[in-house]
Amino acid sequence: MSALLELDHVSRSYGGGLFARRQVLAVNDVSLRLEEGRPEIFTVVGESGSGKTTLARMILNMVPTSAGTIRFQGADLATIRGAAARRAFMRKVQPIFQNPFEAFNPMKRVDRYLFATARRMADVATDAAAAEASDTALKSVGLSLAEVRGRFPHQLSGGQLQRVAIARALISKPALLVADEPVSMIDASLRASIVNLLRELRDRNGLTIIYITHDLATAYYVSDRIIIMRQGRVVESGDARAVLDNPQHPYSQLLKSSVLSPEVPPGVSHA
Amino acid sequence: MRSFLALLKSNRQFASGVVLLALVAAFACLSFFSPYPPNDSFVVAPDVPPSAEYWFGTTSRGQELFWLLTFAIRNTLVFGIVVAVLSRLLALLVGLVAGYAGGWIDRLLMSINDTFIVIPLFPILVLFYFVLKDHMSWGLLALMMACLGWSYDARLIRSVALSLRHREFTETGIFSGMSTRQILVEEHLPYVLPIVFSTTMNNINWSIGLEVTLSVLGFTDINTPTIGVMIYWANQHTALVAGIWWWIFFPVLLVVMTFIGLFLLAVSMNEYIDPRSRLGRSER
Amino acid sequence: MSVLAVDGLRAYYRTSALGVSRDVRAVDGISFTVEAGEIYGLAGESSSGKTTLIKTIAAATQPPLEVVAGTITFNFPTGPIEMQRADRRSLAPIRWRHLSYIMQGSMSVLNPVRRIRHAFVDFAFRHIGQPKSQFFDTVRAHLARLRLEPDVLDAYPHQLSGGMRQRVTIALATVCRPEFIIADEPTTALDVVVQKDVLAMIREIQRELGSSILFVTHDMAVHANLADRLGIMYGGRLVEEGRTADLFRSPRHPYTAHLIASLPRVGDTAPKAGLSGAPPNLADPPAGCRFHPRCPRASEICRREVPPLEPLATGHRVACFHPEPA
Repeated sequence: MSALLELDHVSRSYGGGLFARRQVLAVNDVSLRLEEGRPEIFTVVGESGSGKTTLARMILNMVPTSAGTIRFQGADLATIRGAAARRAFMRKVQPIFQNPFEAFNPMKRVDRYLFATARRMADVATDAAAAEASDTALKSVGLSLAEVRGRFPHQLSGGQLQRVAIARALISKPALLVADEPVSMIDASLRASIVNLLRELRDRNGLTIIYITHDLATAYYVSDRIIIMRQGRVVESGDARAVLDNPQHPYSQLLKSSVLSPEVPPGVSHA
Repeated sequence: MRSFLALLKSNRQFASGVVLLALVAAFACLSFFSPYPPNDSFVVAPDVPPSAEYWFGTTSRGQELFWLLTFAIRNTLVFGIVVAVLSRLLALLVGLVAGYAGGWIDRLLMSINDTFIVIPLFPILVLFYFVLKDHMSWGLLALMMACLGWSYDARLIRSVALSLRHREFTETGIFSGMSTRQILVEEHLPYVLPIVFSTTMNNINWSIGLEVTLSVLGFTDINTPTIGVMIYWANQHTALVAGIWWWIFFPVLLVVMTFIGLFLLAVSMNEYIDPRSRLGRSER
Repeated sequence: MSVLAVDGLRAYYRTSALGVSRDVRAVDGISFTVEAGEIYGLAGESSSGKTTLIKTIAAATQPPLEVVAGTITFNFPTGPIEMQRADRRSLAPIRWRHLSYIMQGSMSVLNPVRRIRHAFVDFAFRHIGQPKSQFFDTVRAHLARLRLEPDVLDAYPHQLSGGMRQRVTIALATVCRPEFIIADEPTTALDVVVQKDVLAMIREIQRELGSSILFVTHDMAVHANLADRLGIMYGGRLVEEGRTADLFRSPRHPYTAHLIASLPRVGDTAPKAGLSGAPPNLADPPAGCRFHPRCPRASEICRREVPPLEPLATGHRVACFHPEPA
């Protein structure tokens, strides 16, 4: 089976050069492989400074690698040059960002991005067809164009706005979604529905999703495979439930034991 | 329109600025009704002080000051606006492109920019006058000043563009397939416009000031009436010494009104600008 | 007597811009008490009004925010003080000595261009009233309680890690041994590993000093592990309040019940359902119970009348016409 996404000893360094003191390795020798035709939710867990966001940006081709290669559907990302090739890549790989209120220009209406994606990334010719493509995408995330049309970001809730962001990412019918902490800035009561939506997208739309998070609880709930990153390196990887039920690496164990569970610990006497 | 009226009601500075500028602009429009063409001389009795017949008096060249001034202020204003518009366009182009593109394009543009900032304007303009002399015209002067007046504001615009480049909505725009031009014009420009607007006011003041200085010294085309040219001719006829004070007073009054009006507008715009910058960063 | 008694508090953002008047009713009728030596957790999501509530309790209100009705009374050893009408002169002696705060961003509390020792001098020297060298001995002893080395005093904030900075902030807030501490999302920006440490430290120092803490966070897991009593805010009102264990074991308000049920936990793959709809717009809130548009148990009366916050069991208050069964 061919690979959808393949990372081969990828590293990314910052600093260095004439006046810098030392180089910082944000991502250090990471390799992974996602198979074509086998949709999954692949989770990257790490704290701040673990390199998970840098990894996401490299996969999205927003930032070049310093070492190693990233291949998407067989093509090396470094060979993507020119507007047409970049657009072809972006059709198939779309991002979801952490802060939905930042992901949209506060001065512009949100349907604008939906229509733009439809016109430019989904080969839709007319405005009417763009509206229909947007509506379909919005319905698949539990919203509709009627609810969203003409609205500014501040007129929607965080949960709704993140759904709009997901809908936008779906319009070009991508093969891979890279979701960078998609629920960490959403209210806890709305989180479950977004996370459930990711599962649905995997099952119903056959999408592979790279889910980046620091929250072990949602990672446990939704992931198929998982890697745990620390200071740029992968410290543990494997089947999500297996790794999280029984972490082997001391850092993974430390992470798991530090997570607070929303349950009152038994035997603790509160005043 | 509604917000303009509301601002007019709530902000006294803004209201005063608008009133002053409206007066000056109305005065300039009167030039279309002037009974005398601007360059004719000795059409009325010279050196008559302000009176019921000649509201602003007359000059030593036999021109009625009132109507001459309408032409002068109109030309000065048009000059200032043309320079401002041209230099805004240049500043926007350079600032947005440099801030968005980054890398060597940014460095190249900023090197050019900084060169223009340090050029001493006045000696260069005087030099151009001496080189061009008879070919010097207002259009040419406006073009030259526009080419010299964009650099400072280009840097301001560039810094806004730089910060916008890394905002997530820019990346959403990219992944929505928007072209660079579309992102710059549709996404970033609204953030940049408030700065552009307030620097326009300052730029108009700056260009009018420079024009008056050059004209008073005679380094421009002295046959077209502008405020500076009027003062030049007044000095040539030693107006103050001869007691013809109105020849200097009224041009100066008008240009001071313009300056203050523009300044008040620029300063009061800040209140309108600020709430928008608050829109820029959402709070949780 | 309770250390803090809030009664019927209403605080609105009253804006009038460009000809349009609007009241954002961020706190709309809140009454609760905090006893001496207890950790009272305040939970709520975005637009619940909890941030506005602590601003008013700390008398840190600025126009357009104003207290429209109600009282906030602190009962300190020096006497009672009503925060909503206290002026700067009466607030100055109680600030930091009796009432202190632990803020979310430690970098916004600590001056980045001065060493840590100056922060202690600025905040606490006047209140402790000891000569300088003795004062620093007290501070060093206090830092040791939080497992901070004394040489932290000579460091600049950027030289410390996020967790250490937050511990310094806690030390600052507790060095004068205040009776009441307001903690506003103190661990939200911290890594999970550091958060566990810092929370343990907060609990330790609270037990030792006997202070009361009003601990505000949206993170229910933190409340479960720290708070003695818990108040749930929704749409500017308190909808449920009680002992933490009671709330988690048998939440009575539908919002609380759904909220707790929707939280994922490690080791649990049972499907979770999120709440439908969106939090209310406080500028134009729904009539009656503010939760009714999203509540599966809502009926006609919920749309018309505001349910009062009433006790259903000892120490367990709920504002609902159709509470969940126990």
